[in-house]
Amino acid sequence: MMAITPDVQGFMYPNEVELQWSVLIVLYPYITGLVAGAFILASLSRIFNIAAVKPIYRLSLLTALAFLLVAPLPLQLHLGHPERSFEMYLTPHKTSAMAMFGFVYLWYLLAVLLTEIWLDYRRDIVDFAQSRRSPLKWIYAVLTLGSYNVSAASRRIDDRVGWLVTLVGIPSAFLLHGYVGFIFGSVKANPWWSTPLMPVVFLFSAMVSGIAAVLVIYQAAMRLRGRRADMACLDTVAKYLLYVFVIDFSLEMLDLVHRMYEASESFRALDFMVHTRLFFSQIVLQIYLGTLLPIGLLALTQVWKMREPARRAIYAVAGSLTLVGILAMRWNVVIGGQLFSKSFLGYTTYKMALTTREGLLPAIALMILPFPILWVLVKLFPPWEERKAT
Amino acid sequence: MELNRRELLSGVGKFIILSGSARAALESARGAPAVDSQYRMAEHWWGMTIDVSKCIGCGNCVRACAAENGVPKGYFRTWVERYHVSGADLEHPRVDSPDGGINGFPPRQAGGKNFFVPKLCNHCVDSPCVQSCPVGATYDSPDGVVLVDEKYCVGCRYCVQACPYGCRYLHPTKHTADKCTLCYHRITKGLTTACCEACPTGARQLADLKNPNDPVHEFLRSDNVQILKPYMATRAKVYYKDLDGAVR
Amino acid sequence: MKRVLGEAEHLVRLAVVAAVLVLIFFAIRRAVVPAGFGKYGHYRSASLDDIRARPISFAGHEACEACHDGIVKVKVAGKHAHINCEACHGPAAKHADDPFNNHALKPDPATLCVRCHEADAAKPKNFPQVISREHYGPACGDCHNPHHPNGV
Repeated sequence: MMAITPDVQGFMYPNEVELQWSVLIVLYPYITGLVAGAFILASLSRIFNIAAVKPIYRLSLLTALAFLLVAPLPLQLHLGHPERSFEMYLTPHKTSAMAMFGFVYLWYLLAVLLTEIWLDYRRDIVDFAQSRRSPLKWIYAVLTLGSYNVSAASRRIDDRVGWLVTLVGIPSAFLLHGYVGFIFGSVKANPWWSTPLMPVVFLFSAMVSGIAAVLVIYQAAMRLRGRRADMACLDTVAKYLLYVFVIDFSLEMLDLVHRMYEASESFRALDFMVHTRLFFSQIVLQIYLGTLLPIGLLALTQVWKMREPARRAIYAVAGSLTLVGILAMRWNVVIGGQLFSKSFLGYTTYKMALTTREGLLPAIALMILPFPILWVLVKLFPPWEERKAT
Repeated sequence: MELNRRELLSGVGKFIILSGSARAALESARGAPAVDSQYRMAEHWWGMTIDVSKCIGCGNCVRACAAENGVPKGYFRTWVERYHVSGADLEHPRVDSPDGGINGFPPRQAGGKNFFVPKLCNHCVDSPCVQSCPVGATYDSPDGVVLVDEKYCVGCRYCVQACPYGCRYLHPTKHTADKCTLCYHRITKGLTTACCEACPTGARQLADLKNPNDPVHEFLRSDNVQILKPYMATRAKVYYKDLDGAVR
Repeated sequence: MKRVLGEAEHLVRLAVVAAVLVLIFFAIRRAVVPAGFGKYGHYRSASLDDIRARPISFAGHEACEACHDGIVKVKVAGKHAHINCEACHGPAAKHADDPFNNHALKPDPATLCVRCHEADAAKPKNFPQVISREHYGPACGDCHNPHHPNGV
């Protein structure tokens, strides 16, 4: 289209050449996906009473919180006027899929996650408020909300209410991430995004990424502490990862096969894009390395009796590959959806900057940020089982 | 030169009338009140008609729009596309739009079917961009123009993604969404849009559907009127005549 | 009952915190949402006025014709009758505002004329077009009056 852009192939509408949604918008669904997945894993223990995953219950909640706190940051960096972002709460436009999201986020953060963490940790909070030294003491004192009652009866109430919160939390987590899928899936102008399967695919891939994240973080954290991760827990988490992954992969294949079979107007243009500009991130990273390989490795552990060290290694590798694969999936949806022209006659290139507000370095920084936050949370609210015994 | 009394009187009379109307025109152009208080939104329903067979691809409209609206370089509120369709392959025309057509097109002699198509915001009645705005910064005015409130826009670019026609962009310095306003600041003062003013062949014409004398009604009665991408159900209000099926 | 509430006192405190946050939200909302929002639709009604108040650059042909009626007489008799003045002379609102200190653009025929009249396969067949380097020259204005181009 323009002489200065040799990276445009064919014809793009003049305003389409430059991508609008950058790597930060890739990060955002990825991070909220991790939150939703980690929370679902925690709920397995609480609601479905799967005892084997109890050791990672608290860690899953803290992981979800660390990522949820970082989640709005890529959005704020992306907005043209972040100082006006509060407008989404003041005058939400109810026909917009994006508008309601702010409330879903707030609901999930305040009414679900923080409430559940508070209820589960209340006994420890009261304990620390009385035993720790200042200034830490004051953090806990504030968090007690002035109530130091940790009698058995009050703790039974906490347990009951916490159970209810978790129960409400499961559809809330579904909403949190399915909603992001709906933001893409409801854009009729973009055939790469517009499908009713989008919220479902996003949701299941979120669960996959969240479970894989906890699997990897649990193993890494225990290693850092010089202890062993509970094997029964790891085996169970890995099993759930495999099951959800198979469902997720089936859904994505359904989308692909359906497109190929129907071969509607956009199909040729999209197919060409997948085989050229999106080949590495879609075929190599997302499908082969990020889905088929981890599914294969996990299936291997189910089918073949392996010794502990081998299983631990496979879980770590499969979990890491999964995390990369789901990130690639987000990339393929967000960036892939903007690489082709809505005229179906051309393609452009994503020029990712390095140091600007929406560049690669801020993106990397945002991906790293949840970990120091998690470290602080783990220090403030230790999730380890051994502590409870003392 | 000898002037007889009649000629003198007629000359003076003409001068008075012309200078009077000149003064009035000057006043309306210069001392133009910031907003015309006579304008009633309920009396108008704006759109545009484009006769593709008249477009010569001169790019006047693109330049005029950029000058009138301060459109930043490299971004386009309106643009012209040149199509080349060979044989029966209607679905894969060769299209070019060098810089949106702002400096015209490098001349090309070619076989097959060739034509120009000007494009702009279609000011849709069921606009997907208005639907997608999370805060209410883009909206349709009571007189049918889709506008952006640059003091309220947060710059999320959801509307840019939602537009099927590619007519929106993010303003590089204001960091808000931007697009054709149908020269709302002009049409509410009785002027026409900059692109229509500059079009030498009359291919583009501003249309007021609520005005019974507007040529748009005659235009709409012709046999081959279309809107772009009707399957998107946007109820676009930019009407094209002689729009070839190859146009994307 | 009282005993139960006594044990659930911390939950009541939590509910109070939540209620306070909600109240603060509504107070902020009342203070900050612009007046006129929602008057015509889900938008700030003052935005319409903001947009209408933007300055114009093209005066419109009626403004030109009011003074330059001599040119108008020449133009209406020729093939360029329906071309508005500013299509060639560029935005002239400043000139209309202050004619003696701001002059309208006098375009260079070499760039201007060929934009419309250079032969191109995509132009309508019945539109007058020439391959400029093969056409009599050197300058368009040597033979053609831009306000009345037909006949040389």
